[in-house]
Amino acid sequence: MTTTLIVNGTRHEIDLPPDVPLLWVLRDEIGLTGTKFGCGVAACGACTVHIDGVAQRSCQVALGDVNGPVTTIDTSRPEPALAALQAAWVDHQVAQCGYCQSGQIMQAADLLATTPYPTDAQIDEAMQGNLCRCGTYPRIRAAIHDAATKLGEA
Amino acid sequence: MGIGKTTRRAFLIGSAAIVGGIAIGGYVVSRPAPNPLHPEEGATLNPFVLIDQRGVTIITPRAEMGQGVHSMLAMLVAEEMDLDWQDIRIEHGPPAKAYYNSALLKNALPIHAYAASDLQNTIRDVVGHAGKLLNLQVTGGSTSTVDAWDRFRMAGATAREALKEAAAKQLGVSASDLKTENGAVIAPDATRLPYTDLAVAAAEVSPAKPALRTPDQWRYIGKSVPRLDQPAKANGSARFGIDTKLDGMRFATVRINPRLGGKMTSYDDSAAAKMAGVEKIIPLEDGIAVVASNTWLAFQAADAVQITWEDATFPPQQDQIWQGLEAAFDTDANATGREDGDVDSLPAGATVLEAEYRAPFLAHAAMEPMNATAIYKDGTLVIWVGHQAPIAARDMAAAAIGIDSEKVTIHTTIMGGAFGRRGEIDVPVYAAKIAAAMPGVPVKMTWTREEDMRHDFYRPATIARYRGAVQDGKAVMVDGKIAGISCAHQAMARMTGIAMGGPDTAMLEGAADQPYAIPNYRIRGYLSDMSVPVGFWRSVGASHNGFQFDCFLDEMAQAAGTDPLEFRLAMAREEHAPSARVIETVRDMSGWTGKTPDGVGRGVAFCMSFGTPVAQVIEVRDESGLIRISNAWIACDPGIALDPRNIEAQMSGGLIYGLSAAIMGEITFDGGEVDQWNFPDYDAVRMHNVPQIAVQIVEAGGRIAGVGEPGTPPAAAALANALFDLTGKRVRELPLNKHFDFV
Repeated sequence: MTTTLIVNGTRHEIDLPPDVPLLWVLRDEIGLTGTKFGCGVAACGACTVHIDGVAQRSCQVALGDVNGPVTTIDTSRPEPALAALQAAWVDHQVAQCGYCQSGQIMQAADLLATTPYPTDAQIDEAMQGNLCRCGTYPRIRAAIHDAATKLGEA
Repeated sequence: MGIGKTTRRAFLIGSAAIVGGIAIGGYVVSRPAPNPLHPEEGATLNPFVLIDQRGVTIITPRAEMGQGVHSMLAMLVAEEMDLDWQDIRIEHGPPAKAYYNSALLKNALPIHAYAASDLQNTIRDVVGHAGKLLNLQVTGGSTSTVDAWDRFRMAGATAREALKEAAAKQLGVSASDLKTENGAVIAPDATRLPYTDLAVAAAEVSPAKPALRTPDQWRYIGKSVPRLDQPAKANGSARFGIDTKLDGMRFATVRINPRLGGKMTSYDDSAAAKMAGVEKIIPLEDGIAVVASNTWLAFQAADAVQITWEDATFPPQQDQIWQGLEAAFDTDANATGREDGDVDSLPAGATVLEAEYRAPFLAHAAMEPMNATAIYKDGTLVIWVGHQAPIAARDMAAAAIGIDSEKVTIHTTIMGGAFGRRGEIDVPVYAAKIAAAMPGVPVKMTWTREEDMRHDFYRPATIARYRGAVQDGKAVMVDGKIAGISCAHQAMARMTGIAMGGPDTAMLEGAADQPYAIPNYRIRGYLSDMSVPVGFWRSVGASHNGFQFDCFLDEMAQAAGTDPLEFRLAMAREEHAPSARVIETVRDMSGWTGKTPDGVGRGVAFCMSFGTPVAQVIEVRDESGLIRISNAWIACDPGIALDPRNIEAQMSGGLIYGLSAAIMGEITFDGGEVDQWNFPDYDAVRMHNVPQIAVQIVEAGGRIAGVGEPGTPPAAAALANALFDLTGKRVRELPLNKHFDFV
């Protein structure tokens, strides 16, 4: 028996046990490797994707529990907020190793969807589940503010 | 696109002059190494510049682990070749002797980095060539730009002149009438001859040693260029080792004895073998590997294998390990890193103080868990792995499965952090063993975070015992004894298979080599041979000495009744002007007055490591009993600032890495096993506890030095010194959250 998933607008029939986490379906089965494995226990945020537009830790969502379309960093048609963040990430040269940045950007896109002009405190609140061992936080903060401003002007 | 495939249809240009660097020293070490890009030609060609129909590819054979090294190395070649930044392609390239790190061994010399006379610089350069003999294609020690500074600019300049000579022949003019611009030679009549059209002819030319561009001609060096890796890291397309994809690939994980160093006694895989997706369970000497159709299914099955383990090869309890370090003080000193004056005869009336400092074991905890992908087929092995020492990885993987090194190909991927962890050879060795057990099948091995955290080569725990004396507001004596386990001895044995002893001065870096005029100044190291696995952790010896030595200086300043910043500045002024400039700069940036209002504390710290002096001021605030680190100011002097924006990132990131360790980083042992499993019990600084950070770059030192590590050592000391200023409590051990509650 297979499970149907919609990922980045494409339909997939997945033949895996329903308890396999979405993360490992995306990475090993579908081959979308932009979503990263960091900890497996929802402690680092590297695996953040959107399910029905809401940021979720894909290491903690079982295949059988995915209840809406999935968007990952790999999408070729990003929503305006995601696109603005990706552009701001490049402008601010945020990434060092870059491994956590897929999750950082997906989390930030969720923040901007609900809070178009986040304060520093709101950024702290929304982003503190996303770990970065290179210490890129100051530029992440600057890039979020910049993307918010540009989205507001658009 | 791999190098091998590119090379077969590539036109190469180059010259024998640049391969071995600017030749200084004996014949053997300066003889050019073969060009790995085209060995079948048998000719010595430029191994850093490759031109084919698509344009120019720059080979950047250092580990890109986040420090921006690929773009920095490309910048040096592009500067001399007049390449348009947008047209540059980069590839890591294969493991090869030509890519040896000439700068790495220079740091092993018993000369303080700041005391650089011409004679000493010459000795350093000659010794540096021994790196080639030792096959040291290693990324570490903040040496990449130091090593590349002359070699990569010369590679670009040689290519440029060869292209001009080829164009000159074609046009019937003198090469001196030609100039280069954005990937083309420009004729006197302004005709553009693209490099791609000239490459074949240029490969036949051996130009004389070209002149390097002067600073007033630089177009890229000293400016902030867009790092080439940024778009791919923002849209998810960057391919880390863990993202390797091969047709028919299977997914594996390992369970290695958590009692480190011990083997496996027995195992029962009867339940695991029946689990969904499991294809094979492979016994290893010290654990098992599970190969499955999905990584998560492999994780689940590995949990289900019942294994009995041997004990660890070192004292199993943390308190026994501390006792082992204490016992090292009773042995003869392993190394004396400095001995100025006479620490045993003090001027009358000097105030003497003593203190003991401790620093714990630390994990690297790179964001990308350890992984490697390998296929073994027809007696050859191919490995995809993010590695800081690809030649060692190749040789040890080959030895592990009993084949020749020539039968092993390594593809070095970009790395999701490394911090020293990815210089170890365990990961490629396990991948090789798994692949050898699955002939013809590509297998990607991924470790769980728990496996990664509990099978690291940890930053050694150390105990430092200091005695100091002050008089008339100044330091007159400091005498330090540092006890630890040698990561240099252990790592060299693992990387080369040869046990080595001798003085380990790396453990004394950050204490013995500080640019301070202290008339009586001695630092000695004491080693324990406990086999707790230890390795190089971002900034190595300076990672603990930066805390222990600098905090003790802060205590000496306090005892002397001198402002702590002025205390350090006075000692630096007499010894090393660039270091004094850095301390003055951080004083001015932070508006340091030595006075703070109630509820606010400030601390200063300084450490020169890997040739780069760094001073930091940290400000802490009491928020209803919780400590907030509100601000940090950093001044540094890398000699020549290649890319200010990248340096700012490295300094900020280095500080944050150091703060994570200072506030909450600690690895402890129980029953020979590491107590910590994952980020919930080995956490790091996050968005809400990062201070405002300001960075200022000074260029007074002259000689180029690295920036990847030097931002880390002062962080813990600056924070501990700020907490002393705020609370009056002097804490001499880490992590600081044992004594203070942070926001």
